[in-house]
Amino acid sequence: MDVKSILLCGVGGQGILLASDILAGVCMEAGYDVKKSEVHGMSQRGGSVISGVRFGDKVYSPLIGKGGADILLAFEKLEAVRNIEYLKPDGFVVVNNFRIDPMPVASGTAEYPKGLIEKLKSWVENVVVIDGLSLAKTAGNPRSMNIVLLGALAKRMDIPKEVWLSVIEKRVPPKTVEINKKAFELGYAS
Amino acid sequence: MSRTLLSGNEAIARGAYEAGLHFAAAYPGTPSTEILENISKYKEIKCEWAVNEKTSLEIAAGVSFAGGRALVAMKHVGLNVAADPLFSLSYIGATGGLVIVSADDPGLHSSQNEQDNRHYGRSAKMPVLEPSDSQEAKDFVGIALDISEQFDTPVLLRITTRIAHSKTIVELKERKEVPIKGYEKDIKKRIILPAHAKPRHYIVEKRLIDLAHFAETFPYNRIEWGSKKVGFIASGISYQYVKEVFPDASVLKISMSYPLPFGLIEQFANEVEEVYVVEENDPFIEEQIKAHGIRVKGKEIVPIVDELDPTRLSVSFDIDVPYLAPEDKPELPPRPPALCPGCPHTGVFYTLSKHKYVVTGDIGCYTLGALPPLNAMDTCVCMGASVGNAFGLEIALGDEIRKKTVAVIGDSTFFHSGITPLLDLVYNKGKTTVVVLDNRITAMTGHQENPGTGKTLMGEETKTILPEDIARACGVEHVYVVDPYNLEELEEVIPREVERDAPSVIISRRPCILLKKAERRKPLAVDAEKCIGCKLCLKLGCPAISMKDDKAVINELFCTGCTLCAQVCPKDAIPVEGGE
Repeated sequence: MDVKSILLCGVGGQGILLASDILAGVCMEAGYDVKKSEVHGMSQRGGSVISGVRFGDKVYSPLIGKGGADILLAFEKLEAVRNIEYLKPDGFVVVNNFRIDPMPVASGTAEYPKGLIEKLKSWVENVVVIDGLSLAKTAGNPRSMNIVLLGALAKRMDIPKEVWLSVIEKRVPPKTVEINKKAFELGYAS
Repeated sequence: MSRTLLSGNEAIARGAYEAGLHFAAAYPGTPSTEILENISKYKEIKCEWAVNEKTSLEIAAGVSFAGGRALVAMKHVGLNVAADPLFSLSYIGATGGLVIVSADDPGLHSSQNEQDNRHYGRSAKMPVLEPSDSQEAKDFVGIALDISEQFDTPVLLRITTRIAHSKTIVELKERKEVPIKGYEKDIKKRIILPAHAKPRHYIVEKRLIDLAHFAETFPYNRIEWGSKKVGFIASGISYQYVKEVFPDASVLKISMSYPLPFGLIEQFANEVEEVYVVEENDPFIEEQIKAHGIRVKGKEIVPIVDELDPTRLSVSFDIDVPYLAPEDKPELPPRPPALCPGCPHTGVFYTLSKHKYVVTGDIGCYTLGALPPLNAMDTCVCMGASVGNAFGLEIALGDEIRKKTVAVIGDSTFFHSGITPLLDLVYNKGKTTVVVLDNRITAMTGHQENPGTGKTLMGEETKTILPEDIARACGVEHVYVVDPYNLEELEEVIPREVERDAPSVIISRRPCILLKKAERRKPLAVDAEKCIGCKLCLKLGCPAISMKDDKAVINELFCTGCTLCAQVCPKDAIPVEGGE
């Protein structure tokens, strides 16, 4: 299989690195070669976070450059817009309809732009909008939003659901397995 | 044989385990920190957080003198600190295998520069290995230890952020135990007096020739033939980018970038029409090849600044990569990193900012005090520089500047390299004020133990060494410990000590709010009736406070109840249970 590239983006604290770890684990379990990139450090403290997962028969670069992503999985809508240049012109976007105010917005020195989802839809033919927070709350914990989004992604990929569920079971904290499985299913159904 | 996804750092730890390593040490620094954290999970290997990189290398050298296998890991600028023993150890050689891992940071994801540490290998005349994925990162540890013992040399294992923090599939093996050889006295080798060192230099030059021969048949330096119209020479992560962008081209993969296999390079260059060297940052391989008289191109095309990726590499070769670049993309507010809600550094920087002091800064979370709205830092040079920098200002301009200058340095940075400049300050009759921001941990790199925490890397209890005791031992007579959650106390002590005609050290002590032992109190809330929207509380730069409908609001999920905002509020609009 040709290499597929998925870029995950959002804000520090949203569970993006765990989500990309699970995604990479799923790709490996499904028999693909896989590489994952991320950057630690300054990004942890409420900053923008991106992580890339690439899989296929043989993967060379772990890093996704501009115009390199087949799928953009955005955990926050402003971050989807910020990282849109990474998407291939024929790629698609799965975006969480969720807002986290950057510091300059919170302190009143900048405004959170309006109409971001509409803008995304005007640029990209295929935009899937997920209400991650309410689905995560339904699953039993708002923090399972990252797994909801993985469910929504899984629906649009060709790897069997059982593989996803088995990796999720292994990777999330034991006490949260049931909630996260439910979160995955809710994302998958959306 | 089991396969698993490992980051380059995890893979290096695994490689150390498999190769029978006896000892590992490091000072934390992104992107290298997880190497030692992961090694410490293998109980067969003794390991420690060293006080700084120089110390880590000197201890590892002692292990090697005793015939044990040792590894040290550091970020690229850490090797500047360890450079003194590095150069001596090249002459001395290695009895037990000695490997220095340098994690360079092209793109400056979390560093002050883009220095390319392969130069150190060449300058210190020791071999440099460059893995291109986690499998090689793991395997090269064992290879480096073998080379070290076979050629009697330390080996530099050079990785970059993208190797350190990318995960790729790795095949695991079992540990191979290697006995510690034992100590034998050899002063002609290990005491580098001039009379000993000159003959050693001849040996080092001969060693480089032997290593260059070794490099010719080293299986990880290899040609992958493709089209012979264009050929690429690349090492490390650049090799992956070349394979990605030019799948049909011939590639000479270099895994030992010093000394180079010139025979292999000549053979390659003779058979392909045009040769390009692709490297991030400096033309390290390219310049050596050009100096050898082989025609190649490199930095004429490949950017020297910032890290590469497949798209940047494509564009530098005029290959168009289409991407979405909508013209109506709105300007987006950035997400700058900030001090955490409840961070014990905030109160100090708020006070320094209020007095518009000149603040010489240092390396750590607290460098974020430089950002708005605190804007409370003027300089940040390198680990430990704050103290000397402040003293230098005093020397140049005297009391005029000294009476409005403060040096700030974190606890771990103080232990790392803040003690010697403090000693210098006292000895040379300076009067500068130093604030040690003691949050009881090495915070920036993700909470590592240090001499002030009373715990070792392995979690064992140990002696707690306090900055105030060190300051007194350095001859500072005015030493005060303050609570950074108490603005009144800061306001009393800091200006008083800055005015004082003698050197003083103020220890601002409170655990990092992210530590389990940190005191978290009930979240505060703004009384909207009383709030006049003056925004004074916003000057703290606390991420938990924002404005809504011209009133301050506190995010109860973020607030840790530190009460700083209540203390600055002129209208008592933020009530605190039981008083402030």
